[in-house]
Amino acid sequence: MIGDGLPVEVPPPGSSFTDLLHTYDLNAKWEVPPETGHVDLPVPEATTVMALRFESGVIMVGDRQATEGYTVAHRRMQKVFAADRYSAVAISGTAGLAIELVRLFQTELEHYEKLEGVRLSLDGKATYLARMVRGQLPMALQGLVVIPLFCGVDEVTGNGHVFTFDAVGGRYEEHDFGSTGSGSREAKSYLRTTYTADLDETSAVDIAMQALVAAADQDVATGGPDIRRGIYPNVVVVTSEGLRDLSTDETAASAQRALEVIR
Amino acid sequence: MTMPFYVPPEQLVKDRAEYAKKGIARGRSIVALETMDGVLLLAENPSRTLTKISEIYDRIAFAGVGRYNEFEALRVAGIRHADVKGYQYGRTDVMAKSLASAFSHTLGQIFIQGAKPYEIEILITEVGSTPSEDRLYKVTFDGTLYDEERFAAIGGQSEALTAKIGEGFNGRPDLAGGLQLAANAFREVEDRTIEGWEAAILDRGAERRSFRRLTEEELAATNEVPSG
Repeated sequence: MIGDGLPVEVPPPGSSFTDLLHTYDLNAKWEVPPETGHVDLPVPEATTVMALRFESGVIMVGDRQATEGYTVAHRRMQKVFAADRYSAVAISGTAGLAIELVRLFQTELEHYEKLEGVRLSLDGKATYLARMVRGQLPMALQGLVVIPLFCGVDEVTGNGHVFTFDAVGGRYEEHDFGSTGSGSREAKSYLRTTYTADLDETSAVDIAMQALVAAADQDVATGGPDIRRGIYPNVVVVTSEGLRDLSTDETAASAQRALEVIR
Repeated sequence: MTMPFYVPPEQLVKDRAEYAKKGIARGRSIVALETMDGVLLLAENPSRTLTKISEIYDRIAFAGVGRYNEFEALRVAGIRHADVKGYQYGRTDVMAKSLASAFSHTLGQIFIQGAKPYEIEILITEVGSTPSEDRLYKVTFDGTLYDEERFAAIGGQSEALTAKIGEGFNGRPDLAGGLQLAANAFREVEDRTIEGWEAAILDRGAERRSFRRLTEEELAATNEVPSG
């Protein structure tokens, strides 16, 4: 494409980056035409991520382990990502596809923002992500499932929101917290008894960290804080000030506190 | 069968250039300036929503003068080009130089082959990790590509503006200093009340997306030194 100049007529893609990729004959990985039958590929799976609302926004936490059957595939995987300045996305399921989904989603949001001069509304972002998950259904039917978790702050009201999804592209707004991945059952049971509506940032991070430790205790695929190697869960905080990635020092301190609470 | 009149190429180019220049001369100008804090872009723009300066990619910005629909089409094409490239390869592989030559190619072709030449001039600027790595590219209506240094201007008053800024440019200023320098040049050259500013910076210190529009407080620096 370099050296050919740029096509200046405004072609059909509009503000959608995925549609633009199609005009270049490029497809996202999961748009590979489905083969028949169930595939049983040895691919890494990402597990337990969660998001919860607190008084001034939302936080999102994810463990760092990816598994391949009963083997640890990666110990330092990142599952929580900034989607844009005011929202974050986390992934569970087939890791390779999920990371690609996040990359495309991030590019979509940025592409829209640059072309239109404004960011999509939080609701608009969640709807778009649901559509992307729905597009992945043929792969999901073959066993390559990707389920994201989405959270962010509404730039107009300043309120935090959490959205969960299912394999057919269902989009559900959660009132207090959401979690997905193999350890999500344990994480949610823990959060159900400890969560309150008026948490401040530090206690929200601490409770989420405890839930993750509890999940890692019960679910073999979930990796808890790894003190020996210095690997700690990823945490992001989103408020009306923007998104902030917690430093390793901060997450390590919270993980230490959580390990003392969970027996 | 009717034969088209023969028009010598010299005449064709001259006519088209004159036509394009006339259109551009009506447009309000834009200045780009390398500062210690990043690359500053300042435009006179009375509209609050129809912008002339825009983000293209992490470290690249675009500015256009002349016909809005024409430079807007180029802006959109530039963003598409950059986003596809960054997605296909890596974010650091998107560079102003390749974008500028693509714009130059497109404008050059439209100038010769189009029904009418585009009545626009554009700037593609890139911020580096040090001021010496900053890049300012200017592309004119006929596709000519200029690699400018320290400062550049486009639009009807571009020559007068660069001359004026050149007088006051002693080493790279900080953001506020650069803003003052550019704003004063505008006021002296235009010799009338400026009808509103549009300003943005490619912030040298930014981690990823460096483009941001200046706030009202930052823009207040444009009023500090009275003209003349």
